[in-house]
Amino acid sequence: MAVRNVAMREAIRRALQEEMRRDDDVFVMGEEVAYWQGTHRVTRGFLEEFGERRVRDTPISEMAIGGVAVGAAMAGLRPVAEFMTINFAFLALDAIANHAGKVRYFFDGMFKVPLVYRAASGWGNQATASHSHSPEPIFAHFPGVYVGCPSNSMDAYGMLKAAIRDDNPVLFTESIALYPKPGPMPDDEDTDYLIPIGKGDIKREGADVTLVAYARGVDWALQAARQLAKDGVEAEVVDLRWLRPLDMELVYSSFKKTNRCVIVEESLPMYSFGSEIAALLQENMFDYMDAPIKRVAAEDVPLPYSKEIELLALPDAQKVADAVKEIV
Amino acid sequence: MASPSKEMLLDWYRQMVLIREFEETCHRLYEEKRITGVYLHLYSGHEASGVGSMAALRPSDHVITAYRDHGIALILGMDPGAVMAEMMGKKTGSSGGKGGSMHLASAQHNFWGGYAIVGGHLPLAAGIALEARYRGSDDVTMTYVGDGATNNGYFHESLNMSSIWDLPVVWIIENNGYGMGTEVDRASGQIELHRKAEAYGIKSLGRVNAQDALEVYAVATQAVDYARKHGPVVVEHVTYRYRGHGVSDKQYDAREDMSAELREWMECREPIKILRDQILKKHKGAKAILAAHEEDARRIVKEAVEFAEASELPNSYQELFQNTYAQSNLVHKTDMSVGAGID
Ligand SMILES: Cc1ncc(C[n+]2csc(CCOP(=O)(O)OP(=O)(O)O)c2C)c(N)n1
Ligand SMILES: [Mg+2]
Repeated sequence: MAVRNVAMREAIRRALQEEMRRDDDVFVMGEEVAYWQGTHRVTRGFLEEFGERRVRDTPISEMAIGGVAVGAAMAGLRPVAEFMTINFAFLALDAIANHAGKVRYFFDGMFKVPLVYRAASGWGNQATASHSHSPEPIFAHFPGVYVGCPSNSMDAYGMLKAAIRDDNPVLFTESIALYPKPGPMPDDEDTDYLIPIGKGDIKREGADVTLVAYARGVDWALQAARQLAKDGVEAEVVDLRWLRPLDMELVYSSFKKTNRCVIVEESLPMYSFGSEIAALLQENMFDYMDAPIKRVAAEDVPLPYSKEIELLALPDAQKVADAVKEIV
Repeated sequence: MASPSKEMLLDWYRQMVLIREFEETCHRLYEEKRITGVYLHLYSGHEASGVGSMAALRPSDHVITAYRDHGIALILGMDPGAVMAEMMGKKTGSSGGKGGSMHLASAQHNFWGGYAIVGGHLPLAAGIALEARYRGSDDVTMTYVGDGATNNGYFHESLNMSSIWDLPVVWIIENNGYGMGTEVDRASGQIELHRKAEAYGIKSLGRVNAQDALEVYAVATQAVDYARKHGPVVVEHVTYRYRGHGVSDKQYDAREDMSAELREWMECREPIKILRDQILKKHKGAKAILAAHEEDARRIVKEAVEFAEASELPNSYQELFQNTYAQSNLVHKTDMSVGAGID
């Protein structure tokens, strides 16, 4: 497969564009996605190529964005609805949790809901408390909805294509901090490069400790691993890629080798990704466990505006390396 | 119709030039990276909307708005030094550096704050007005809301509730033509935004040219009076944002005909110039006072910047966690996080 380096935002744009070219039922809707080419430039050029029928600007009406997507999907279209940022998807939580994720179930399979919600996620840059969320685990709480959170261009490309082609609702988050990050992605048009829903990936091999992460946390884990290698500690980095379904087999096989684990995430620590993975590890891998499972997450506090205390609250590679040193 | 005294007009002028100087200084400081972050939404161009309408209030009334909140804070008399320090995230900022540009507030001035989630402050406004109704006070809650926000569920639910409970809210729709990059007619089926009041049985006082502080004031006095006596009322202020949506969203101001449109507003409907002409027409001798206000605005903002830059940033875990909760002795604390127990 020929590859080329592109920013993650461009990989997402390409995946979406190719899926729209492939299937007329795929359309996008959201705030500023059409005329202004997308707040994060993911839908750049779409209005020109696909027209107003398939590229729809919406009012600032998240509740309706969330629910209109459900209705259109039930009726047979394949909407890709964008939340400008995930902070605003809270307004649509009812549509996502109660309808996208449940109509198939409560009508016992009568309807399917093939939609994707895209949302820019994450914090930093003094965006302040109400605009500084990385709440992927909240959405992953509900059975019926899948949640995908890519960490690089190639994964974003293959995961989004899989999400659009799947018959289930998928919440797809895009770390704002990763949008400009370059990385390889397939070079040929109309490729069927798909990353199956629920399939994780080993991003670095190592025998001493398993670092489990997703999205931006993968970068922190990889940086920490490079730093730890200088001290003779080899960390294995597991990128789960999907918070639902969870590829626990991949985590278990790594853990059986390393017997130690640090879980890394950008989100808040309570009732989190880290809590879930740690609980599953102790339930299923107790015999392989040589040290307490450690978690690195944001501090348990709303995010402040002021820059130095904001950094205190944010996880980083150093915090990951420090956590590893406590258990190896 | 209420006719403002000479002193009032001069004071409005003072407020408007202070806001303009403050906002344009914020813009420059952001370009120079002396104010950082991603959100800074300026009130330049909107001055008469806030100044003329808040002049109809008394000190016990309440005010709440969205993130475009600097002007409202200054009109209420918040210390420009503390407001500028908030822009820079300093300890001496009005919210201790926690809130930044979008979250100014002052309990002392009954200013219940600026809010960053579009429409999120509207039910809060109804709740604040409910307190007044509940306790039998006739204080009103002056609530500013953008044109874009009128398409959000928060707006409709809040208006409706204010109607059935007769809550003393003055809903002021600041229609500046755009929500980010979206023109009003691409986002709203009803483009006369004040008419959304009709759906909920709320009185509307219609559309006001909000570049003219006198016109704004005339309608605001009626609105406030109505809200005090009866209940909710809607006014639509037609205005314009001179500095686009916000400093990090420049793409929305790049439309070709936008600069011509902006120039037209600045040349023909400039709120400070309109007020200045109105004052000088009646009070020829006021020129020196106006000049003194302009001079004062420059000095006050310069001093505010000096104060803010000389102040310290919060940098401790104690400051990070402070005020997550009210101090509570009824909670059994088992929380393991770093800041647990700090207050
Ligand atoms: C619920 C929600 N959706 C989207 C946004 C992003 N956003 C911030 S301001 C804005 C436009 C609001 O326009 P308007 O209400 O007209 O106010 P103006 O900025 O013109 O004062 C948008 C879409 C947000 N902050 N909150
Ligand atoms: Mg607007």
